[in-house]
Amino acid sequence: MNTILRSGIVRRLAEAVVTLFGVAVVVFIMLRAIPGNQITANLGTEAAALTEAQRQQLEAYYGLDKPLFVQFFSWIGSIFTGNLGYSAQGHESVVSLTARSLPITVELAIFAVILGLLIGIPLGMLSASRPNSGRDAAAQAVGLAGLSIPAFLLAAAILAAVAQVFHYNPNGAGFATLLQDPWLNLQQLFMPALVLGFGLAAPIMRTARTALLEVRSQDFVRTAVGKGVPQRRVQFVHVLRNALVPIVTMTGLQFGYLLGGAVVVEQVFSIPGIGRQVLNGINQKEYAVVQSSVLVIALLFVIVNLLTDLLYRVIDPRVRAA
Amino acid sequence: MRSPRHTSRWAVASGAAVALALVIAGCSAGSPSTSSTAKSGGSLVVGITTDVLSLDPWKATQFQDVYDVLPSIYGTLTEFDKKLAVVPGLAKSWDTSSDGLTVTFHLRTGVKFHSGADFSSADVVSSLQKIKDPTTAAVGAASLANVASVAAPDANTVVLTLSSPDASLFAGLANINTSILSKADSEASIAAKPDGTGPYGFAARTPGQSLTLEANKSYWRGTPGLGSLEFRVIPEQQSIVSAMQAGNIQLAPIDDPVVAKTAQGGGLNVAKTAQLSYHVLQLNARHGDLTDLNVRLAIQCAVDRKEVLDTAALGAGSITGPITSPAYLSDPKDQPCPTADLAKAKKYLAASGKTDVTIDTIVSQGEYSTSVNEAQNLKSQLAKAGITLSLEILDNNTYVARWIAGTFDAAVALNGGNPDPNTMYGRYFTSTGNLNKVAGYATPELDKLFAEGRTTTDVAKRKDIYAQVSKDLTDNAAWVWLFTGYNYTATTKTVAGFTPMANGSLQFLRDTTVTK
Repeated sequence: MNTILRSGIVRRLAEAVVTLFGVAVVVFIMLRAIPGNQITANLGTEAAALTEAQRQQLEAYYGLDKPLFVQFFSWIGSIFTGNLGYSAQGHESVVSLTARSLPITVELAIFAVILGLLIGIPLGMLSASRPNSGRDAAAQAVGLAGLSIPAFLLAAAILAAVAQVFHYNPNGAGFATLLQDPWLNLQQLFMPALVLGFGLAAPIMRTARTALLEVRSQDFVRTAVGKGVPQRRVQFVHVLRNALVPIVTMTGLQFGYLLGGAVVVEQVFSIPGIGRQVLNGINQKEYAVVQSSVLVIALLFVIVNLLTDLLYRVIDPRVRAA
Repeated sequence: MRSPRHTSRWAVASGAAVALALVIAGCSAGSPSTSSTAKSGGSLVVGITTDVLSLDPWKATQFQDVYDVLPSIYGTLTEFDKKLAVVPGLAKSWDTSSDGLTVTFHLRTGVKFHSGADFSSADVVSSLQKIKDPTTAAVGAASLANVASVAAPDANTVVLTLSSPDASLFAGLANINTSILSKADSEASIAAKPDGTGPYGFAARTPGQSLTLEANKSYWRGTPGLGSLEFRVIPEQQSIVSAMQAGNIQLAPIDDPVVAKTAQGGGLNVAKTAQLSYHVLQLNARHGDLTDLNVRLAIQCAVDRKEVLDTAALGAGSITGPITSPAYLSDPKDQPCPTADLAKAKKYLAASGKTDVTIDTIVSQGEYSTSVNEAQNLKSQLAKAGITLSLEILDNNTYVARWIAGTFDAAVALNGGNPDPNTMYGRYFTSTGNLNKVAGYATPELDKLFAEGRTTTDVAKRKDIYAQVSKDLTDNAAWVWLFTGYNYTATTKTVAGFTPMANGSLQFLRDTTVTK
């Protein structure tokens, strides 16, 4: 079994490396396919006033004068030495930029997942408790709203309403990390996490509903009810526990999306996470920042997926045995 | 070992507790226990939408750096007053020789850099020479193009020798891109810790988040109004307004009229000032059908500028002619079709002998809020005259790349203005101007007028020259000038003494105070 497990892990790792290389190639090409470069991004229309010599000087400064494949492999090569590049705008290495921004986005994503589960699973249970009833329809309507209201709209609306009515906007106070000021940090991440969590709750709710209905129709549930196990225990221990695998899969996948998808919400709530780092990088055409940040996000995505696989084994002994 | 069940129950319970606590906190109307909310003692936070790109005044090009942030840090030889007239700055006065080729600046005494070093003529000579040096790649080099040499006969006097008289020089020297830096500073030292003669000195910076300045106690005008001044990055203007309503930010420049309206409705003070920058339909008179003057005039006559302003910018602005510099303002009615005249447009088009006129027009999406609406309104108006605007709506980087290359028939644009009309249009509409390819129009007459304008120091004569420039541009429908919008400055009720400026500069933060 160990050999199988090990070969499975080796295969997954090999797949991960191929995936990451693919991401690196695609990001590299896409960035350069967009017209303009760091010079036009910095100078805007003033770039028209550059002399040929000045332009060449700037191209050499930003490393744009080298052939594309040289640019690509020198980037890939430096990644292996732990050098993700340098942000000319931030006067800082991408490693230290990312070391600051990534934990913030991860914290936001975890917070969002917790809120998503807290909203999604009870809704799913409510919905599954009496399929096709009024409460099912109501829960489904909430799920539909979660799916269809765009995050930017919900984010802007919540922010504007809360600020106008309650004069409360912790996000305007300058960002505090969890270590600097935990209370302010949690307040600052609550609204963005709620917006993301609400969007996440919809697929969780739908998955939960389907899984719960399926598990409930199984023999062991009937047996448990027949044995006189209390209803609440049947629902939480027997049904929910067994319905968790698809919910965990869904959540794991969504967690990966959250890392990249938090861009809009980070922008509206002024959260200095990795999403905003990528967006700033794109606006400023800082190739090194965008390429390396996207690669870090992709790496995290792969790791989360691996962890999700491992989590099955904890939740479901059947997977462990298989 | 704790069983998984216990773990999950514990996790759910604690997650619920945290969420509940936050909901309660979120709903309480009281202010949060933040460490950096508005304080008494003259602390002001300005909301800006993008991080400061460059703290080096010679290299800064981003609008927000040049106009919002850097004027608080650096000093210039001359300055603009509230009405954008040139007034003394680090130079308390100046004389120009009768031939206009020698300008002598008399410097203020007792001025200090934030580092504590004394300001003297040596710093001015070193700064101006470095700005002129092509290897510095300074943005302000063009302002000093006519400066042949810089000398310092004594510690408080600087003499500039010019290659030809230059009336734009004084406005050019008021620009933050020609700031005076200490001769001891280098590009690296400025990037790490800016050192200027301005009202506020560098205190701290968190990249992507904020820049904090503190009062320069030895500022030559006297101690500035604020003890500390923070520029805080909040990417969305609407989010900035929310932060102001919560009392976290006290002042913010806003350019979106819709956001300005919500700010006003939300209990904030909103001041509006007419902008120098102008919205325009640039025509490339060297491309296709637009080489024909009659086609260009047909376009000018078919466009109802008031309608563009009303539909695209909610009427927030005023119709404009070419020159927006307050002292040289063009009369917006002074053009072949002062108001839209469809019959005349059709007549011009018939005179051109062209029936199927299609103009490829580039439009930027996202750089400013009204661009696409302007383009669509123009398209529908010109359709009535039988002219097709074929719109290419592009992301800003692509737009800028195309604009610079001049590969368009027409461009819907928002171009920056300048207090000096020569600086504003010399580079566009002279045959050797570095943006002439983009402007698509130049004539020997215009070259001559701009050359005269540059060397004429008599204000009345200068006004007459630029009135002729303006007339030439509109008579020939070089472009179709549409309107100028407003800059808005939102402030909380606690802010006093701030004066907004037409160029968008926040230089009067030096006089601003905050009460509790």
